[in-house]
Amino acid sequence: MNEHGMQSALHAAAGSGADLITELGIVLFAGAALLFLLVIGLLLRAVSTGESAVDSRRWIVGGGVVLPLILLTALLVYGLAVGNTLTDMNARGPLRFVLDCISSGARALSMPLAEATPLRVHVVGRRWWWQVRYGGPGTGVTGVELANELHLPAGRPVELTLRSGDVIHSFWVPALAGKIDMIPGRANRLVLRASKPGVYRGQCAEYCGGQHAWMALYVVVVPEPEFRVWLQRQSQPAALPGDAELRRGYDAFMRASCADCHTVRGTPARGNHGPDLTHVGSRRSLAAGRLGNHQGTMAGWIAGAQDLKPGNAMPDAREFTGAELRALAAWLGSLQ
Amino acid sequence: VSYRRACALVALLAAGCSEEAIVSVEGGNAERGREVLERFECGACHRIPGVRGPQSRVGPTLENFHRRPYVAGRFENSPELAVRWILDPPAMKPATAMPVVGLTEAQARDAVAYLWSLE
Repeated sequence: MNEHGMQSALHAAAGSGADLITELGIVLFAGAALLFLLVIGLLLRAVSTGESAVDSRRWIVGGGVVLPLILLTALLVYGLAVGNTLTDMNARGPLRFVLDCISSGARALSMPLAEATPLRVHVVGRRWWWQVRYGGPGTGVTGVELANELHLPAGRPVELTLRSGDVIHSFWVPALAGKIDMIPGRANRLVLRASKPGVYRGQCAEYCGGQHAWMALYVVVVPEPEFRVWLQRQSQPAALPGDAELRRGYDAFMRASCADCHTVRGTPARGNHGPDLTHVGSRRSLAAGRLGNHQGTMAGWIAGAQDLKPGNAMPDAREFTGAELRALAAWLGSLQ
Repeated sequence: VSYRRACALVALLAAGCSEEAIVSVEGGNAERGREVLERFECGACHRIPGVRGPQSRVGPTLENFHRRPYVAGRFENSPELAVRWILDPPAMKPATAMPVVGLTEAQARDAVAYLWSLE
């Protein structure tokens, strides 16, 4: 069953980036409202005072030069500080950043990142799915790979490295942070701290081809201990088929061409064109949000991938008998 | 009672009856059935008119389902049989590609009520 986590920029912010953007939005809106009231006030005054003379030079210099200079400078500093805070692992808010800059001069601008090794997650946008890898030097896990789903510990800063495997994509989980492009040949960085446990839906936000609309991902934010358990489980190889039916599914997978594109850790399947399926049964969706995940959708996807998501890289499998297809879907579903 | 009023009354009764006929077929509720078909994403394999979500051709289309003489090309179609089929297809036809999707019997009845309501 498809679980539709919320995906809206209007939803309450649940991450550091979204918090800042909300604050920025409020500041801009309130500022614009004040200026509007000021202009209306002046207009009313002009109408009510009739033809009495005003010092036009003073109004032009004051309202046309001095006021904008002060306001725009303040906004520029604030905007830059927000931008810096969005990507800084140690950020303590834009105001604090401005104060730091003033008190310590240019040194604050070149402060090193946090010494503690942050959790690093590598996300690669592909047409039309998300490849997600955990780990890297010093993080204690290796080889954890999944697709279309990101699990994050609540309250801890996470550094996402965003790349693209083909065309430009954009990583956007509105409840957590602003969008950031994934550009071929480049690694972009996004630091985010999810504050509230929950499931947040994200979406590719840069048109990337026919199935762009079906390039969604789920971000699952859980408390830190639960996250560790999850990561530990994801780092395990796939469980061996437990009964005859699952065994039939396993055999069908290995006999057919599935392994040319997919990896199932702990088995001979080592393909790297499609999603890693080692724990595919534990995921919320199939085909990047196209379908929920149960035996029926799995079978339907394997046999009808081109019907469900035309043009995607997965062909309709025509090499299984009905019973094999069922067994295959059962085995993949058992990979928890 | 005027002629027009009588007509209106007859139309109302007819509407009430046909409504009744749809929802009371073998104890399922067609509207709930539509939700069941959406929730379990039966469209991952079938074409089902009026149901939101995916539409695919892996399995047969379910348009005009009540006019289909056979289910799975083998069993005489009836609401009771369709319910049995949805609950456990491999038990009736081991070679089928359709898995047990995990509907409860009440959900299967609702789903069949919806399929039966399709013109």
